[in-house]
Amino acid sequence: MSSVEAVNAIPLKQRLAARGLDGLTMLVLPAALFVVALFIYPFLYGLFLSFTPKAGNAFANYTRFFSDSFLYGTIATTLWLALPVTIATLVLAVPIAFRVRLMKHQRLLTTLLVIPITLGTVLVAEGLLNYLGPQGWFNRTLMTIGLISTPIKLLHNYWGVMLSLVITGFPFTFLLTLSYLTGIDPALEQAGATLGAGPWERFKNILFPLLLPGLAITFCLSFVQAFSVFPSAVLLGAPAGPTRVISIAAYQAAFEEYDYSMASAVAMIMGLVQLAIVVLVLAARGMLYRGPAGGGKG
Amino acid sequence: MTIHAANFRELKLDKLSRDFGSFNALKEVSLTITKGEFIALLGPSGCGKSTTLNLIAGLLPATGGGIWLDDKRIDQLRPEERGFGMVFQNYALFPHMSVNKNIGFGLKMRGVPKAEADRRVAEAAALVHLQGQTEKLPGQLSGGQQQRVAIARAIVVEPPLVLMDEPLSNLDAKLRLEMRAEIRRIHNTLGATTIYVTHDQEEALSLADRIVVMREGVVRQVGTPEDLFSRPDHLDVAEFMGFRNTVAGKVTAVNGGTAQIAIGGATVTGRVRESVAVGQSAWVAIRPEDLHPNAPGQSGLVANLVSTEFRGREFVGFAKMEDGTSLSFLAEQKLQPGATVTLGADPDRVLVFTGGKA
Repeated sequence: MSSVEAVNAIPLKQRLAARGLDGLTMLVLPAALFVVALFIYPFLYGLFLSFTPKAGNAFANYTRFFSDSFLYGTIATTLWLALPVTIATLVLAVPIAFRVRLMKHQRLLTTLLVIPITLGTVLVAEGLLNYLGPQGWFNRTLMTIGLISTPIKLLHNYWGVMLSLVITGFPFTFLLTLSYLTGIDPALEQAGATLGAGPWERFKNILFPLLLPGLAITFCLSFVQAFSVFPSAVLLGAPAGPTRVISIAAYQAAFEEYDYSMASAVAMIMGLVQLAIVVLVLAARGMLYRGPAGGGKG
Repeated sequence: MTIHAANFRELKLDKLSRDFGSFNALKEVSLTITKGEFIALLGPSGCGKSTTLNLIAGLLPATGGGIWLDDKRIDQLRPEERGFGMVFQNYALFPHMSVNKNIGFGLKMRGVPKAEADRRVAEAAALVHLQGQTEKLPGQLSGGQQQRVAIARAIVVEPPLVLMDEPLSNLDAKLRLEMRAEIRRIHNTLGATTIYVTHDQEEALSLADRIVVMREGVVRQVGTPEDLFSRPDHLDVAEFMGFRNTVAGKVTAVNGGTAQIAIGGATVTGRVRESVAVGQSAWVAIRPEDLHPNAPGQSGLVANLVSTEFRGREFVGFAKMEDGTSLSFLAEQKLQPGATVTLGADPDRVLVFTGGKA
């Protein structure tokens, strides 16, 4: 009897394979190790570090952060930069993407737009320092035209950081929006037109609702990028005042006070705020239609 | 039934052209369609049939000629101003809207009051047999049901013209036959005027009142299905209508409506479709079902058998002539590959054309 069972039994290897475990699966190991070593371990290390403050109980860092307006105020300062920047880039990206998707020579334009990404935030910040300065082209042009009589102050305040974040964030937002937009079957818009919908009605009833889930993802990614602003806040902003963002607080804790534990706590809080906004947006997205943006089985 | 087609007399295409760069997709096509007709635009891919449909719908601007609806020139109007119903090849249903909302979209855009719109949507859904499915999203429907939604959405606005772009090409064979009958039924019920684009001659023959055969951007022939089936005007139309055997030869005699063509050592007699003169080269076209092995001793087209296929009621033989021309024919029994067959056809079933293959 038992020998029959042994013959009929499915070999262990096959049973494992049915559960998705086979030789090929092992190939994922190097990547998994990489993630553990470069992300999970540092994260857990930081989390642990944030609960071992220089003085006081385990929560001392967090208590200190939320009782010091100079520290907890950075959350509002950063949100006040990151949210408008994200919304501004999206508001810019959507109409431009709508226009660009109809263009024949898209590639040239997208290449031009990718350049700011490759240049990096520091170079863009340096450029803006000259361009937006009191003697820069921007103010000089406006003064020559006669629109203004004294240079507008666009540097070392909120606007400098805001502008540089929009410039560096826009290409990313735009490219993502464009790819979501071109993923919508053009026949849907044509169907809308033959049914009597003008351009605005087509946008409102067909394209925008289908684009919205993609815009939510774009919002999350752009927001996280903008929230972790550091170089432009220091170079173009007023890092001691209106643009003292949360990453500056973490930097100061780590490299001016040499309190790595406090710096870790600030980093954890930063991550939590980002997570909260992302979860909020994704939850809202969950209420939208998220199926394929195609017109049929075709 | 209160949904019915809007009133008009005729739609006229006047030397309509469309170029894509240096490529002429459509060359001066003229056509008049009267109200109530079911017109099929038939042709191989790239013949300009879909381009014609898109030009009529307004989805593509014409680069020459005009489109007239009675006395009104409409080719400059945007698609939303033309008000034609269109059924797309992939249905193009709005995936985020329920069946009801999809069908009602055109009514909403036209500002039809809600109560009336709801009533008409329900009526259109009933017409295409979609009752009980109306709260579902298109993704939850089968291909055939999606097709029905697309048709209902196009007809509920009572358009003067319903345009269909290969609407059955994404369905399986059984469903295709079913929907074919449905489309014709709906057309008749509404008294609609339909322009139907297809590359399937069987579909065109069974649905249309008139068929427009197109090729390389020009209209080759317009006629009733019966006309096209038995009296094609050109060799390429004949080939498209199932005259799959085309053999070149020399005209040896012309006698009124018939001509004799020498092919190899044999003489084939057929009906003249394009006037030919003695001594000219000409083509004969024969349907496979009209070509069969001759009785022993009779002359005919001599060919070497390649294979035979069993088709249920009969066998279809494939043979090659000495010059390499392939022939397919009806056989009563399985034949030995390599055997020499002598094939012939009733002269009434043989068509004679001048033109080479266009």
